[in-house]
Amino acid sequence: MTTATNASTVTPVKADVTSGQPLLAVEGLKVHFPVNRGFILQRTVGHVKAVDGIGFSLKHGETLGLVGESGSGKTTAGRAILQLTKPTAGKVTFEGQELTTMKPDAIRKMRRRMGIVFQDPYGSLNPRMTAGNIVGEPLIVHRLFTSKAEYREKVAELLQVVGLSPAMANRYPHEFSGGQRQRLGVARALAARPSLIVLDEPVSALDVSIQAQVINLLQDLQEQFNLAYIFIAHDLSVVRHISDRVAVMYLGKIVEIATRDEIYKNPLHPYTKALLSAVPAPDPVLERKRERIVLKGDIPSPLNPPSGCVFHTRCPIAIDDCKGDVPPLREVGPEHWVACIRV
Amino acid sequence: MGQETAAQKVQIGAGTVIRPSPGKGVARRAMAWSGRYPLLPGLILLVMTVCGVLAPWIAPHDPIRPNYAAIAQPPAWSADGTSQFLLGTDHLGRDMLTRLVYGARVSLMVVLISTTSGMLIGTILGLVAGYFGGNIDEIISRIVDIWLAIPFLLVAMIIVIVLGQSFPLMLLLLALLAWSPFVRNVRAEVLSLRERDYVASAKISGAASARILLKHMLPNVTNTIMVIATLRVGQLILAESILSFLGVGVPPPTPAWGSMVADGRNYLNTAWWISSLPGVAILLVVMAFNFTGDWVRDRTDPRLRQLG
Repeated sequence: MTTATNASTVTPVKADVTSGQPLLAVEGLKVHFPVNRGFILQRTVGHVKAVDGIGFSLKHGETLGLVGESGSGKTTAGRAILQLTKPTAGKVTFEGQELTTMKPDAIRKMRRRMGIVFQDPYGSLNPRMTAGNIVGEPLIVHRLFTSKAEYREKVAELLQVVGLSPAMANRYPHEFSGGQRQRLGVARALAARPSLIVLDEPVSALDVSIQAQVINLLQDLQEQFNLAYIFIAHDLSVVRHISDRVAVMYLGKIVEIATRDEIYKNPLHPYTKALLSAVPAPDPVLERKRERIVLKGDIPSPLNPPSGCVFHTRCPIAIDDCKGDVPPLREVGPEHWVACIRV
Repeated sequence: MGQETAAQKVQIGAGTVIRPSPGKGVARRAMAWSGRYPLLPGLILLVMTVCGVLAPWIAPHDPIRPNYAAIAQPPAWSADGTSQFLLGTDHLGRDMLTRLVYGARVSLMVVLISTTSGMLIGTILGLVAGYFGGNIDEIISRIVDIWLAIPFLLVAMIIVIVLGQSFPLMLLLLALLAWSPFVRNVRAEVLSLRERDYVASAKISGAASARILLKHMLPNVTNTIMVIATLRVGQLILAESILSFLGVGVPPPTPAWGSMVADGRNYLNTAWWISSLPGVAILLVVMAFNFTGDWVRDRTDPRLRQLG
């Protein structure tokens, strides 16, 4: 990415960009939701394994695309990394500090360094707050200003950074369009100058033309503030455009993770192949020639995932051995990891 | 004017779109208004408030001192009535109109003190129960369940008998009757608000629980609170009347509508107005509050909000 160029323009970044220490390291992250039955005497009859042991690392200013179909645990993974959902197991090391064992108050302070942008631009802004207060709330919470005038100035600056007029600060969310609201969400996520922003399908609720604007805005901001993104999406073209590396999730597990070019040109896991084959080609000639791998059946229930490789029930190349052990992620090429015994 | 527009509203029927007939000026505007605003209930509540606040200045007679020269005078419109006592006098010769006007004070106090304090307590408990969940929620919710199972009148009567009748005690008892629905509704609302993205976003911003409760939850439950409050007020005024009627509410000789109804019970054959007039006052005010409550609820329902 552009790490070298923007090192000088960046606001305080604790961990040294050049030291090679990752901004974020996730190890064996699990989020299991208990399923309770019974009216008075509740007993746990099982667990929904929404996220089941994922791991990856993220450098300053890097974008990791997290893709997978609905129900694969992408959103839960994003929330668990930010400690919005308490992880069941695993480690999340952010800026050298272990988040999962932190006290709530310490996490609150750490959150200055994180941001989140949600999919729904209507539900993610408090309808009773003005745009200025929505954007400025992180500043208030972390006391990042010394005077009212400075506060207003910072809010105006944030609005300008995301392409909104500072004059809009007194409006309420319902007075904005979907794209503008998403810009407000981005401005809010930026306010406390974080180093990591989780983008949870930030453009999938927007028109295609607006999508492009917001994606470009996100890329500009990344360069300007040396932001690391976890970009959760199911739109593979958008992910290809913005990501440095891409992780493919299936039923709570990462099945393949590689650099963007590698994964799009040389997908190895059968699930990745099937996913990529579903992307329509803009050229009608190519589109006609395009080979589609259609998976049979639905994604299995995360309450009772298949044994061994969770994908074997739908896999076109599965063999009996796939039902045995859970395949670990193996490095098959430079920065290319895949969890499949058949490749 | 209020009655006229109400009559027109009835003719047109509830729920239809009101199209002002080709009329002019005030009448036309009043008609358009009557479809959107509860004019008649509003008027009743306004009159009650004015009476309650300005009672000493607008009431024609002394509300407490008996006047044995004018016992049980009928209202002015009946054959034996005099214009001196427009609504007649009671069994002690006190002016009915005066006592009705003073009685509005009691209802007003119930609204201001009992409902408001019940609303405050209930809202705080509801917010806390809904937001923190777990054991706190369990304890608060169970207390509310138990509370709702207590026969209020019976317990209130026992407490009054033990502690002695007084106005503040009655307001306290009514406040204790008022709080529980606020807890239930606010809690339910908070349970759903808690899962909203903007609350998650506030957490990621580093906001502490107090801030999330006050800035993100409370402003979004005020609609619900206002609806319950307006609907609850009517019930509380009724409860006050019942307590006063049973002689455990406002201590005599302070005029309260409930105790006035009780006073006239023995004279229903000879002087119907002593019981009936305060009864009508209670009816009008309670209905006015209920209609206003319905209106507030309709107005704040997001599915109907566009219409107004």
